[in-house]
Amino acid sequence: MPSVIASGVSTFIMSVSTMQSLRLTQAAFYRDYRFADVFASLKRAPGRVRRRILEIPGVDVVQTRVAASVNIDISGFPDPVTGDIFSLPDTGESLLNKLYLRQGRLVEPFRDNEVVIGEAFAEAHGFKPGDKLGIIINGRRKTFTIVGIALSPEHIYQMPPGAMFPDFKRYGVMWMGRTALATAYDMKGAFNDVALTLSAGADINDVIDRLDEVLRPYGGLGAYGRKDQLSHRYLSEEFKQLERMAAIFPVIFLGVAAFLLNVVVSRLVSIQREEIAVLKAFGYSNLDIGMHFVKLIFLIILFGVAVGTAGGYWLGRYLSTVYMEFYRFPFLKYELRPAVAVVAALVSGGAAILGTLHSVRRAALLPPAQAMRPEAPARYRETLAERLGLKRILSQPDRMIIRHIGRRPVKSLLTVTGMAFAVAIMMVGSFQEDALDYMVDVQFGLSQREDLAVTFIKPTSRRALYDLQGLEGVQHGEIFRTVYARLRFRNRSYRIAIQGLEPGGDLRRLLDADLRPVELPPSGIVLTDYLGEMLGVREGDRLTIEVLEGGRPVVDVPVAALVSQFIGVSAYMDISALNRIMHEGNAISGVYLSADPIYQPRIFARLKGMPRIAGTEVREKAIRNFYDTMAETMLIFTFINTLLAGIIAFGVVYNSARIALSERSRELASLRVLGFTKGEIAYILLGELGVLALAAVPAGFLIGRGMCAYIAESLKTDLYRVPLILEMNTYAFAATVVLVSACISGLIVRYKLDRLDLIAVLKTRE
Amino acid sequence: MSPDKTVFQTRGLAKIYDMGEVKVHALRGVDMEIYAGELVVLLGPSGSGKSTLLNILGGLDTATKGQVTYHGQDLTRATDRELTYYRRFYVGFVFQFYNLIPSLTAWENVAVVTEIAGDPMKPEEALRIVGLGDRLNHFPAQLSGGEQQRVAIARAIAKKPAVLLCDEPTGALDSATGIVVLEVLEKINRELGTATVLITHNADIAEMADRVIYLSDGLISKVRINEHKKSPRDLHW
Repeated sequence: MPSVIASGVSTFIMSVSTMQSLRLTQAAFYRDYRFADVFASLKRAPGRVRRRILEIPGVDVVQTRVAASVNIDISGFPDPVTGDIFSLPDTGESLLNKLYLRQGRLVEPFRDNEVVIGEAFAEAHGFKPGDKLGIIINGRRKTFTIVGIALSPEHIYQMPPGAMFPDFKRYGVMWMGRTALATAYDMKGAFNDVALTLSAGADINDVIDRLDEVLRPYGGLGAYGRKDQLSHRYLSEEFKQLERMAAIFPVIFLGVAAFLLNVVVSRLVSIQREEIAVLKAFGYSNLDIGMHFVKLIFLIILFGVAVGTAGGYWLGRYLSTVYMEFYRFPFLKYELRPAVAVVAALVSGGAAILGTLHSVRRAALLPPAQAMRPEAPARYRETLAERLGLKRILSQPDRMIIRHIGRRPVKSLLTVTGMAFAVAIMMVGSFQEDALDYMVDVQFGLSQREDLAVTFIKPTSRRALYDLQGLEGVQHGEIFRTVYARLRFRNRSYRIAIQGLEPGGDLRRLLDADLRPVELPPSGIVLTDYLGEMLGVREGDRLTIEVLEGGRPVVDVPVAALVSQFIGVSAYMDISALNRIMHEGNAISGVYLSADPIYQPRIFARLKGMPRIAGTEVREKAIRNFYDTMAETMLIFTFINTLLAGIIAFGVVYNSARIALSERSRELASLRVLGFTKGEIAYILLGELGVLALAAVPAGFLIGRGMCAYIAESLKTDLYRVPLILEMNTYAFAATVVLVSACISGLIVRYKLDRLDLIAVLKTRE
Repeated sequence: MSPDKTVFQTRGLAKIYDMGEVKVHALRGVDMEIYAGELVVLLGPSGSGKSTLLNILGGLDTATKGQVTYHGQDLTRATDRELTYYRRFYVGFVFQFYNLIPSLTAWENVAVVTEIAGDPMKPEEALRIVGLGDRLNHFPAQLSGGEQQRVAIARAIAKKPAVLLCDEPTGALDSATGIVVLEVLEKINRELGTATVLITHNADIAEMADRVIYLSDGLISKVRINEHKKSPRDLHW
């Protein structure tokens, strides 16, 4: 019994403390390394504009930077690699978004050939300080020496801009001296990136509006707060997901533990019915007897809670370390708040003491003389199923099984529920994998079907397409145009890069709700259904596009269609219509290519030599890389879930079977005397549990589906919508794990049953 | 009696219970026979070894020394599985505390045995023999002690066993109810010819036996053949 409490308590403590520690660690990292509150990118502003930003009421510290998107050339790695370089002050520390150095040092003042790189990127390629790196800034290649490896609160979660997954091999974050970067990027005396913190009590929306006002003449792309900062957003979403789990799992665990305790304790007391009667006969009061049992239970709980707390602390620390490494926090603040342990103790203790008092009361209420006599035979009746005509086909052992279930419907139901939750836990674990597979299949199998996406530094003419199509191995190319804009409908707005596509394209397709391709309409804008929901627009509504680049035109366009998409949100237009808004003839931002895999290395090499190319994204490798990264985490999760589900199923079945054995040993021994074999009586005892376990499987499927639906629904954001996809495998695996653990506990009880002492059992009166 | 009518034969049967420090000699070398069709009462005070003897005859326990045969077959060498089938097909048990299955009705409590037996009678027939033909659908909780014991007897005889072993069958009943139960046992012995061994510490009950075997301290102290056996109706205690 202490083991049940211990595992309930330790899961509870593990989940809650891990969550609290992650939050604590994040907060400490943000605070100590001065994570900014507001961020903005712009085209180019002279350095003096910084003063105007500082004058905005509510602004505390302002850090202007140069940020550059670059191509990276790594010897021995043919794939295209892109990166973002941010400037560090030439002298002194960064005011905001400071770096945590893992290895090496920061850049020496005014050195123009030194670079600090992010840890994830460094690890993916095995870079150490002293290694060399070719970086193409603004079309010019230069060799840099890596002097340091660092973490930044701004890039805890590293995503290539516009990408769906992290890809540490093909995307890196780096830092250089301000002068060196400004020189290379033609930003001398200017900046194109701002981060700032707010003073206490400042209104963030007001600051963002004023900052936009200041930056508008300088090509501001729209300021945003932490909640829209990419790394922070992803981190928040993941934490939200973990928090959901941390809320659901321990509740299930403590619930199951409480139920088992209640059952076990009730049984413990009813076995001692006679002792209670004797004590009463000697003159002990009901209160004395109740206190005796409460003390006994208290000791057991104390032991269970102590072991559970220690175990939970250890597991929580371990899990937090796993997360810390996964998210790349520089340090871990692990803390177990006493309140968490107290809550766990109260829940399990409460359940046990309730069970005790209930049974003690029942035993104590009887006059001692009556309590000393054996209990009258338990009352049974025919079950509903039998009265409906099932009776004829049931053997006597079958009838014993179903009547025993029917005699204590609540207990049977709770047993089923416990096992059903074990099934559900398993499903929640695998659900994420299933959903992810499906999302990737849809997104990259049906919608984004290109092999490569090539982006140019500046919008360029259509001729670039023909140059790329001419490369050996390129099978097909389609142009696209991206334009940063703010979409506005009534009082809602959303910042997005509108994608102009060619109608009738094959590489990029829009999908309707049933995932069938839809034609891109020649006019109007097409939105992801979720974006439509966020803006509150429906098909036919007119929304305002405020373009954030070029001549910054503002136009009204009708919403031509809403399309389905699981990852990210998008706004699509016919490329000609988009260019008409921009008054830019037929400019293109890039080209989607399909290419023969054999020729890809050669194509990459050619692309690296083209100065106008800002970056190349290789779809398939990014996905594969993502899966490799995820596989390990998924494995840990599946393992933990399997373990938890197994423990629950085992605990429920084993305890139920053991109690059933003690309650029914007399009955089973009688049957043995009548000539039933060991196997035949095992059927009666374990058959009941088998029936309950089998009933738990479909019930678990329903609960599991419900839990997955709840998780999917609560995780809907513009970053991704998790579809409720559950593969057959998931159902089968969940059912198997639970049934196997049920079988194992069944076998242990069978072992005890085989050693039933017939004579001893029959000699004693119940 | 001729040897082919011998149902049980024991030779030097001994049973020692190992209770940690102490060894309890429950049987110290018992030689006896039980014959087909007879009603034998094993009489003795508690601790005399009569239950141990009955359990060994019924295949519920094994002897420490000596031999016991059932129709010439050596029970002392039987495996657990063989003993199980021996009980299933040849032995009917009746206990002091009935040991009915509370979740089954009277009819079902009998059927639980007839379902697995070789050539049983119908459950309702067995219940009619014990006078419970009208209480087939009652659960144990709805029956009196005497009725429960009669269901237990019906359950024991329904398989048409070769022997009926009864351990203090009236021990938990008042005398009037006890006599009804004994009448049933006597009727079965008479009508079906089932060899019946009945354990009791009540000397009055011994009057209904063909033979009375007296046990004390794990040994047979006396065997008495009842020349004038009484009907249970004439017994008093």
